[in-house]
Amino acid sequence: MIAVLKHELRNYFHSLTAYVFGAFLLAFVGIGSMLYNIQAAVSNFEFVLSFGCLIFVVIVPILTMRIIAEEKKLKTDQLLYSLPITTAQVVVGKYLALLVVYLIPLCIISIYPLIFKQYGDVYLLTSYGSILAFFIMGSALIAVGVFISSLTENQGFAAGIGIAVILLNYYSVRLSEYVSSKAMGAVIALCVLIIALGAVINYLTKNQNLAYGISLVLIAATVITYFVDETKLEGLLPNIMRKLSLFERFYAFVNGVFDMTAIVYFISVIVFFLFLTVQSLEKRRYN
Amino acid sequence: MITVEHLTKRYGDFTAVNDLSFEIGEGHVYGFLGPNGAGKSTTMNIMTGCLSATEGRVSIYGYDIFEEPNKAKKLIGYLPEHPPLYMSETPYEYLRFVGEAKGLRGTELKNQIEQVMERTKITDVRNRCISALSKGYKQRVGIAQALLGNPKVIILDEPTVGLDPIQIIEIRDLIKELGKTHTVIFSSHILSEVQAICDMILIISKGKLIAFDTPENLEKMMLSSNEIIITSDADEKEIKEILAGINHITDTDFEKKDTEYVRAHIKTDREDIYEVSKAIFNGFASKGKVLYELALKRANLEEVFIELTESDTAANNSAENGNDLKTSKSEENANDVKSAEGEVTDK
Repeated sequence: MIAVLKHELRNYFHSLTAYVFGAFLLAFVGIGSMLYNIQAAVSNFEFVLSFGCLIFVVIVPILTMRIIAEEKKLKTDQLLYSLPITTAQVVVGKYLALLVVYLIPLCIISIYPLIFKQYGDVYLLTSYGSILAFFIMGSALIAVGVFISSLTENQGFAAGIGIAVILLNYYSVRLSEYVSSKAMGAVIALCVLIIALGAVINYLTKNQNLAYGISLVLIAATVITYFVDETKLEGLLPNIMRKLSLFERFYAFVNGVFDMTAIVYFISVIVFFLFLTVQSLEKRRYN
Repeated sequence: MITVEHLTKRYGDFTAVNDLSFEIGEGHVYGFLGPNGAGKSTTMNIMTGCLSATEGRVSIYGYDIFEEPNKAKKLIGYLPEHPPLYMSETPYEYLRFVGEAKGLRGTELKNQIEQVMERTKITDVRNRCISALSKGYKQRVGIAQALLGNPKVIILDEPTVGLDPIQIIEIRDLIKELGKTHTVIFSSHILSEVQAICDMILIISKGKLIAFDTPENLEKMMLSSNEIIITSDADEKEIKEILAGINHITDTDFEKKDTEYVRAHIKTDREDIYEVSKAIFNGFASKGKVLYELALKRANLEEVFIELTESDTAANNSAENGNDLKTSKSEENANDVKSAEGEVTDK
């Protein structure tokens, strides 16, 4: 695991990726603190972070696109399979390397509140609480990016899908206001989601019966729920969209609430997607 | 010691490896021979834990590759068909990563890297970017990677493909050298190469093992053609006269040539082909005719290979014969030759 971590770090700092990632993050947060803290003379650093998290849409996919897709493309994944280390160790090693790359600009950012403290009243507790939440949310997004990278051997494709997924997540709360909150709308949306899930299962396991089976059972369950108790499905779709948003949970920290459930949520997202990544790599062995 | 038992790998309807069983002992160089798409790479990928098997098991010195992968993999060094190199690194950095992943640390790591670089002769290019190296050097870096951790078994998948003749010779010498200290298994579809460096040859076709023997025995199999080639200054008529006085000659063909010498292919049904050669020699000598050439037609592996891979379909028909071959192991050399011979004559 340590070997993979060291190797990935060396790779990132040999190429431009780590520097581009750091530069973009610092530039965006820098612009944010100039606008809020200096121009508008607001003393809350956490607003800067809530402004800055939009940049994740671009920089996380750039950072994660190559992490596994490149190995597949260059066939170096065969080396990883033949080495006496487990797939889980490979994935965790790679992930930790990404976290280190992400932590470095964040360390610089965490000096900012101290600088502003010299010139006025800054409430450090919420500032650092938000920085911590910013770190964990970014880590969760990176885990999603790692998984997307493991699905393809085309880096560009991995980046494109990554941007789409994170953008959708970013806007999902705003979009949720426009989607139908009627029960029928929820049924249709759930059916579409279930079919998409079935397609993903089919792609990952190449087992059509399993995919059809799961989809049919879930669709039947949805339809039955609709006929038995319609009210249960009312407002379900916007609710799901709000719940899935990683960014929405981060805004709680910006508002000064240290939300433990959000931390747990972020960590479970990380574990879930790293688990999926391991499975996706193992699948290549079992295709 | 590597034991492969009833290994089968299916991709949907396609069977890449079909009930493959063999046992590989310690030491020596083993050659995996087969046409493209025979299942060589698939078998090697399964043996090294890069791929799962549909059925069957592989054990490396008693460790099952699927159940105790880490222990088994420590005993194997593997160079896949495409050398898995990180192009932006130098050989030294690359080897350090592989060494660390194989659990080497500190001075041991450094010493081993120096050793394998020395052995594969890449010390000169240690600090050059891998992407800038020639194909031969890249291959060497790949082999160096396999040697790290001093594994007992080294598996090389088509290590000489795409190299120039000098590089091929160098890599072959390296493989021979490695064979003295490790068990080396390498695959190839070039017969002369396998013939030149292997102590044992496994021939695979359509995912099945069709022969497992020494190069000499495989060649001997084809000596059953019992053909003697002569070149003489006697004309066709004189040759026929001389041969008429010798027993066990079934057929004589003359080659049409514009030279003053005549070349003839003589077929015999006698077991001891040397006796017949002797009689021919004496026959010509007593008539005062000169033999410029007297040779036994020796089949090269090329022909054995074609014969065996083509008769594979025939072997499918005679199930018993096929089973004999599939379970063939190194200890059963003698049986092997017989059954394979049977196969050839069947055809």
